[in-house]
Amino acid sequence: MNAPRPEPAELDPVAMANRRAKGKRPFFLDDPAVERVLSITMAVATELAVARERIDTLERLLMQRGVLEADAVEAFVPDAAAQEARSAWGREYIARLLRIIDQDVQAMNDAAEPSLEQWIEELGRPDDAPAR
Amino acid sequence: MSTASPAPSWRQVGRHAVFPEAGHDEIARFDFLARLNTHLSQRVLPGVRQAWETRVKPAFVAEHDRAPADRHEVRRAMQHDLHYQLWSALRRNSMEQRQQAGRSVVFRQLAALRAQADAINEGAPTLKLDPTLEQPRYMRAVDIHCMPGSYHTEVVDRDIAAGANYDAGLFVTTAGMLGRWSDGGGQAIVEWLARHKPNFKPRRILDIGCTIGHNIVPLAQAFPDAQVLAIDTAAPVLRYAHARAKSLGVNNIEFRQASGEAVPAADGSFDLVTTAMFWHETSTSAMPKIMREVHRVLAPGGLTLHLEQPQYAGMDPFEAFMRDWDAYNNNEPFWTRMHEADLARMVTQGGFPEGAYFETTMQAKVDLTLFPAPVGSQAGSQEDYGRTPTWTAFGATKPALAA
Repeated sequence: MNAPRPEPAELDPVAMANRRAKGKRPFFLDDPAVERVLSITMAVATELAVARERIDTLERLLMQRGVLEADAVEAFVPDAAAQEARSAWGREYIARLLRIIDQDVQAMNDAAEPSLEQWIEELGRPDDAPAR
Repeated sequence: MSTASPAPSWRQVGRHAVFPEAGHDEIARFDFLARLNTHLSQRVLPGVRQAWETRVKPAFVAEHDRAPADRHEVRRAMQHDLHYQLWSALRRNSMEQRQQAGRSVVFRQLAALRAQADAINEGAPTLKLDPTLEQPRYMRAVDIHCMPGSYHTEVVDRDIAAGANYDAGLFVTTAGMLGRWSDGGGQAIVEWLARHKPNFKPRRILDIGCTIGHNIVPLAQAFPDAQVLAIDTAAPVLRYAHARAKSLGVNNIEFRQASGEAVPAADGSFDLVTTAMFWHETSTSAMPKIMREVHRVLAPGGLTLHLEQPQYAGMDPFEAFMRDWDAYNNNEPFWTRMHEADLARMVTQGGFPEGAYFETTMQAKVDLTLFPAPVGSQAGSQEDYGRTPTWTAFGATKPALAA
């Protein structure tokens, strides 16, 4: 009657974890797109908490094993080379993170652009000449 | 937080043979989500009542010249409030995250978990499955509390994934308030019986809708000489429940795939019939049938006892609206109608005499050295509507035969 079921090893755990629950999902915010961004943000926040806890575990293990003194992380002062490397990393990281806003500002500064629909129309004309 | 006691960790949840293993980051994820749920109920949710009292209700009264008549009017008014929207969006999302986190832990080790369950279950006379049993419509309609596949879906042969995911995540959903074995409900029934029926020693016990058996195990332990039958319509949770109970050293429970609408037992078979958070996952047509079955299989002088969230009758419309949230937003579609049912009437129509119906309240009983006390028992703690393990218990005694 039914197709044979797969063995556990044949399942993709990532796909299985991400299965939706049957039942139409309610959205609460006026703009459902914003709610999706909120959901992604909460997932990122969760992963940040997970990474933070892993760092905390590492620090405590290093202390237990005598590799770090108790206040070594708090007392750490980066030297000039470390400071420079961190600064460079931080600049690139923030630029990656806020790229879309950066590009919004660039667009404001650029001359007004025709829409892609206009280009599609124009480049599709037999004479390939500007309409206006 | 109103209390300084540290939140419990998923590490403190009780282990047994089929409980999934979790790595460092997986545990950190469960713990974060549990703390997030605590924050949402203790810090964000109070603002929902505040929004109602300070802006939504005044606007409603100004427009209609009267207070809202029922929870549905409150809901339609509150749907447009930004704070309510945000709390709801976060609460729904945290449930989905909890499901995802649980399933990601379970499915990566499903082969090993199934092998563990197989080793315990294979050939065991105390696990009886019925592959011909059709899932009731109220089980198939949507996936109950956003649990993908609900209790019954079998992805692999001899599947137990639904049980393992449910067990792993109960701690997260309730932020640890059900205790080390997520059995605060069963423990509450045991404690209530010891206090109010000290001479009651049931020899045969039935639990309907047992899922992973977490609430019937404490009863089986409290009455070790009793024979217990635990039924559910879903095979994956029964396989898991059986392996879980056995590995906890509990051998007096038979787990059987059957519906509460047709209990596979002769009339008068049980001295005690229980359910825990069960009725709201049935339907209007199923409820009276199940209650008639409860009455039928109960022996004269027997007791039936059911843990549920409180009924709406006489409740402030705002509180009823808050308690209704899971019906509309967490795939609990019968929750809203169940909580307006006349349970006393249902019990009488089920065959119990007028006046047999009783109602009481119970709170989860947990190990307070590790787990939080139920909300309401601590000053300043906020009710988490529909999730707090503070229950209304209802029941009835079947009259003993005249001598």
